Amino acid sequence: MEFFQAIANMSGDSLAQHLANGISLGSLYALIAIGYTMVYGILLMINFAHGDIVMMACYFAFFGITVFHIPWYITFVGVIIATAILGVVIERTAYRPLRDAPKNSVLISAIGASFLLENLANYLFSGRPMRFPNIELLSQNISIGGIQIQAICLVIPVITIISLVVLLHIVNHTKTGMAMRAVSKDYEIARVMGVDIDKIISITFIIGSSLAAIGAIMWGIRYPGITPMMGVMPGLKCFIAAVIGGIGNIKGAVLGGFILGLGEILIVAFFPQLSGYRDAFAFIVLIVILFYKPTGLLGEKTTEKV
Amino acid sequence: MKKKDVFLTLIAIAALFGVACFVQTEMDSYIRRIVNLCLVYAIIGLSMNLTNGFVGQFSLGQAGFMAIGAYVVGIFTVPVELRPNVFYAAPMNPLIADIQMPLWLALIAGGLLAALVAFLIGTPVLRLRGDYLAVATLGFSEIIRIWITNAQSITNGALGIKDIPPLNDVRYIFLATAVTFIFIALLINSSYGRAFKAIREDEIAAEAMGVSLFWHKNLAFMISAFFAGVGGGLYGALLGTVDPKNFLFTLTYNFLLIIVLGGMGSITGSMLGAVIVTAGLEFLRVFDEPLMLFGMDIPLFRPGFRMVIFSALLMACVLFWRHGIMGTSELTWKNIRAFCKNPFSFFGRKGAER
Amino acid sequence: MQTVKKGQITLKMKKILSALLASAVAMSLVAGCGGEKKEDAKASDVIKVGVFLPLTGDNAAGGELELRGIKLANKLHPEVLGKKIELVVADNKSDKAEAASVAARLIEKDKVSVIVGSYGSSLSMAAGNIVKDSKVPAVGTSCTNPQVTANNDYYFRACFIDPFQGTVMANYAFKQGAKKVAIVQEVSNDYAVGLAKFFKEAFIKLTGDENSIVEIANYQTGDKDFSAILTNIKAKNPDAIFAPGNFTESALLVKQARQLGIEAPFMGGDTWETQEFIDVGGKDVEGVALSTAFDREKATTPEAKKFLDEYVKEYKGEPSALTAMAYDAYLIAIDGIKRAGSTDTVKIRDAIAATKDLECVTGMTTLDKNGDPIKGAVIKTVKDGKFTFLDFVEAK
Repeated sequence: MEFFQAIANMSGDSLAQHLANGISLGSLYALIAIGYTMVYGILLMINFAHGDIVMMACYFAFFGITVFHIPWYITFVGVIIATAILGVVIERTAYRPLRDAPKNSVLISAIGASFLLENLANYLFSGRPMRFPNIELLSQNISIGGIQIQAICLVIPVITIISLVVLLHIVNHTKTGMAMRAVSKDYEIARVMGVDIDKIISITFIIGSSLAAIGAIMWGIRYPGITPMMGVMPGLKCFIAAVIGGIGNIKGAVLGGFILGLGEILIVAFFPQLSGYRDAFAFIVLIVILFYKPTGLLGEKTTEKV
Repeated sequence: MKKKDVFLTLIAIAALFGVACFVQTEMDSYIRRIVNLCLVYAIIGLSMNLTNGFVGQFSLGQAGFMAIGAYVVGIFTVPVELRPNVFYAAPMNPLIADIQMPLWLALIAGGLLAALVAFLIGTPVLRLRGDYLAVATLGFSEIIRIWITNAQSITNGALGIKDIPPLNDVRYIFLATAVTFIFIALLINSSYGRAFKAIREDEIAAEAMGVSLFWHKNLAFMISAFFAGVGGGLYGALLGTVDPKNFLFTLTYNFLLIIVLGGMGSITGSMLGAVIVTAGLEFLRVFDEPLMLFGMDIPLFRPGFRMVIFSALLMACVLFWRHGIMGTSELTWKNIRAFCKNPFSFFGRKGAER
Repeated sequence: MQTVKKGQITLKMKKILSALLASAVAMSLVAGCGGEKKEDAKASDVIKVGVFLPLTGDNAAGGELELRGIKLANKLHPEVLGKKIELVVADNKSDKAEAASVAARLIEKDKVSVIVGSYGSSLSMAAGNIVKDSKVPAVGTSCTNPQVTANNDYYFRACFIDPFQGTVMANYAFKQGAKKVAIVQEVSNDYAVGLAKFFKEAFIKLTGDENSIVEIANYQTGDKDFSAILTNIKAKNPDAIFAPGNFTESALLVKQARQLGIEAPFMGGDTWETQEFIDVGGKDVEGVALSTAFDREKATTPEAKKFLDEYVKEYKGEPSALTAMAYDAYLIAIDGIKRAGSTDTVKIRDAIAATKDLECVTGMTTLDKNGDPIKGAVIKTVKDGKFTFLDFVEAK
C-alpha cells in the first residue's frame, strides 16, 4: 500500500531525479565492477584489494594535483600508470607465489593485501580525510529540465560504455584477448599450448587496475572525501555487482552495476523509511541471486569437474 | 587415543586451570584482561576453524554470529532497573523490557539463537562454493549489523548497551574455553569429524560415499555459530558494553588470522594462534610509541606502525608459511613424545608430509 | 625446472623475512628495555597522565585533533605538585576490545594517576568498568553520550552531552523561523542518533506540531552517496535540515544537497567544527549552522588566550573545539591532582568531582553530580571558509 502511495505522491521531477541519480551511481559501480570481473575471469579469485587499489589511486591523484600542482589531465594519466604498476606489484607479491596453492589460501592472501593497503594508507596519510582535487569543468552543476546533475554524472556513463566497448574488443578480437579467454577456460591446457600465463595475468591486472584508477578519479570527483577506508564499501558493492551480472562476464558486470546502483536509489525513493537499511540491500540481492541463479544473470552454467 | 593420554590431557587441563586461578588471584587486571581476551578469541577461533578448517567451507560470517550472542547477553542481562538509563533515547520494547537472565543462561540462549539463524541462512548459502560462500556469509554478517543498528527499540541501535554485569573472571572464561575445546575435539574425532574431513578433501567423492553434504555442512555451520555466539556473549560481558560498530565484518579478519596462523584444520593450532595473535598485538604496541635510539628520535615509530607490521606479518604468513604453525596436525601427546625424542627429524617428517 | 627455481626464491625470501623479523623483535626489545630504564630512574618525581585516544582506525581524525590539545596543555602546564607530568599516549585503535585492554594497560602497567580521553563515547564506555573497578578517575574529552558518566563515579567529561546540544539546535532553528524541519542522521553513530532524538523532541515541543519534523532519513557511516535521501527531502521542501554526523559524511551530504538545488540551511553539531569539513565541503558548506563549545570571540578567560596564542604558534590555523575540549579535559585532571594534593587516585577522583569554577578554555567549568560540565554552547557558521561566531546560548 505504502509503495503505491509513495509512487502516487512522487512528482515527475522527483522520479526523474531519482533515476538520474541511480544511473550515475550505477555506472560508477559498473566501471569498478569491470575490474573485478576481469581478474576473476582469469584467476578465479576475488581480488579483495581492488577497492583499496581505488583508494590508493585517489591518494595518487591528491598528491599529484594538490601537493605537487601538476595539471589535472597530466596527473590523471600518471595516476592510471601508477595504479597499474601497483596492481601488478600486488599480483606479483601476493598472488603469484600462490598460483598452485589451494583457492582458500589465495583468498586469504587477497584479504591480507587489502588489510595491508588500508593500514599502510592510514599510517602514511593519517586517518584525516583529504579533499579530492576540485576540477571545475567536471564538478559544475547542470540543470536539465527539473533535474539537477553534476557534469561528471554525464561523463561517467559515457566512460563506462567506452570501457565496455574497448574491453569487449580486446577480449574478443585480439590475440591477447584470445589468450585471456584460453587461460580463463582452462589454465593448464593454455599453459601447455604455449600461452605465457604470467604475462597474460599481468596484462589482466594492468587493465583491471587502470579501470580501478579511472573509477577512482570519477569516484573522487563525484564524492570528494578521501580516507584510508573509503575503498572498502565500494569494493564490496562492486564485487556484488559483478556477481549479480555473472562474474567473469564483462557485460554482466555493467548490467550488475546498473541494477545495484538503480536498486539502491529506488529503494530509498519508494520506501523512505527503509533508508537505514540501504547498505543491506546489496547483500540481500546478492544472497537472493546466488540462491536462484548461482552463476549470475549473464553467467554461463558450469558444472564442477571431478 | 590411549587411556594414558586421556589421563594426561585431563591433568594438563587441570594444571592450566590452576594457572587460570593463579592469574585471577595474583595478576593485575591488565594481564587478566589479555588472558581473558586470548581465551575468548580461542573459542571463536575454534568455532571458525570448524567450518573453515575441517569442513573446508570458507565462511566469513563470524562477526554476525558474535553480534547475535553479544546482543542476547547485552539485552537480557542488564538489570531491569538500569534499563531506562540505557535505553534513554527510545524505550525498550515492552515484550522484552522485563525479562532478565543470569549470564550463563543468556550465553546459551545467545548461542542457540545464533545456531538457529545459522540454520536458516545455511540452507540456501551452503550450496555455494569457495569465494561465493565467503562473500555471501560476509554479506549476511553485515545484514545482521545493519539490522541491529536500525532496531532501536530492541537493541538500542547505535547508542549501544552499557551496564552489562561485568565478567572479568579468568576461571569462568577458562572453563568455557575448555568445554568448547573438548567438545570440538570429540566432535572432530567422531564419525561426524571424519565426514567433515571427507567433505573438505573432496565433496563429490564424499557424497558418493554416502555422506550427506547438506546435513553435515549445516550441522558444522550451526555448531560453529553456536560457539561463535557464546564467544560473542563472553566478549560482550568482558567489555561490559556492546554496540553495532564492534561487529563490522573486519572483526572476522582477526579470527581468520588466528586460524591461518595456527593452522586451518588444527584445534590446538587455533588455541596457539589465539594466544599468539592477542599477546602479539599487545607486544607489537612498542612500535606505536615514539622510540629514542642512541639519542635519536626514529620517525618510523608512530601510531599506526604496529598495524602495518601486523598486516605485513599476516601476508608473510600466508605467502611463506601457508600451513601455519600446526598445519592440519595436532599437538597430541604422541607428537610431543616424538618431538622430544628427536626434534629435528620430527620437523623434517612433518615438512615431508606437507 | 621452473618449480625448483621458485622454491629457491621462496627459501631466500624466507631467510630475508626471518632476518627482518628477528631485527624487529630485537628492536622492540631495545625499545621496551630502554623505556623501562627511563621509568626506573624517574619514577618518583613524575606524575603520569594516561592519554586514551583513537589514533588509528575510523576515529583517527578526531583523536589526532584532541592529542594536539592535550600536548599543548602539557606544554603550558608541565608540572603539578612540584613534579613533572609525563603523558603516556595510548592508541585505542577506535576498537572497543582494544580500548578496554589499553585502559587496563595504562592503569596497571604504566600506573597513571588519571586518564584523559577518549574521543568517541563507545570507546569511553568500554573503559568505564575498568576505571571504576581500579578506582582511577578518567576525564573524557568529547564523549557526549549520557551513558558514559551515568552510573559511573570515576568517569567525568569536559564536553557537553547530546541532549543539551540537540535542544540548543532545536531552539536555534525555531528562532530562525523554521516551521518544517527534516532530519538526516548517521544512524550507526551514537552521537548523531542522540542529537537527532533530542532535537526532534525539543522542536516538536516548541512548534506544538507533531508533523513539524517532515522527514527522518538515515545513512550509515562510510556512505558516500546521499542523492536518494536528499531527493526525497527536496520534495518535502523543509525550512531547515538538521544533519548531525561525522564531518566527512556531512560535508559530502551538504555538497550533494546543494548540487540537487536544495537551498534550505543545514544545521549540525560540534563534530563539524574541523578544518576537514571545510576542506571537503568547500563553498557548499558556507552558511551552515553548528553548535560547539568554544569560540575565539567568546573566549573570555586568560587561559583561552594562552591556548590560542600557543596553538597558532604550534600548528597554525584555528583550533577546533575538539582541541579546546581535550585541552580542558587535561586541565580538569591536573586541577584535580593539585587540589587532591597527592597522587592517590581516590582522592583525585573526589577532587575532580568537586571541580567548581575552574578556568578553562571554553569558559569557567563546574561539574554537576553526574560529572558533566555545566557550560553554554556557541553557535557558529561557516563564512569565507572560516568558522564564524553567530550566537551564544547560556547553560540552563
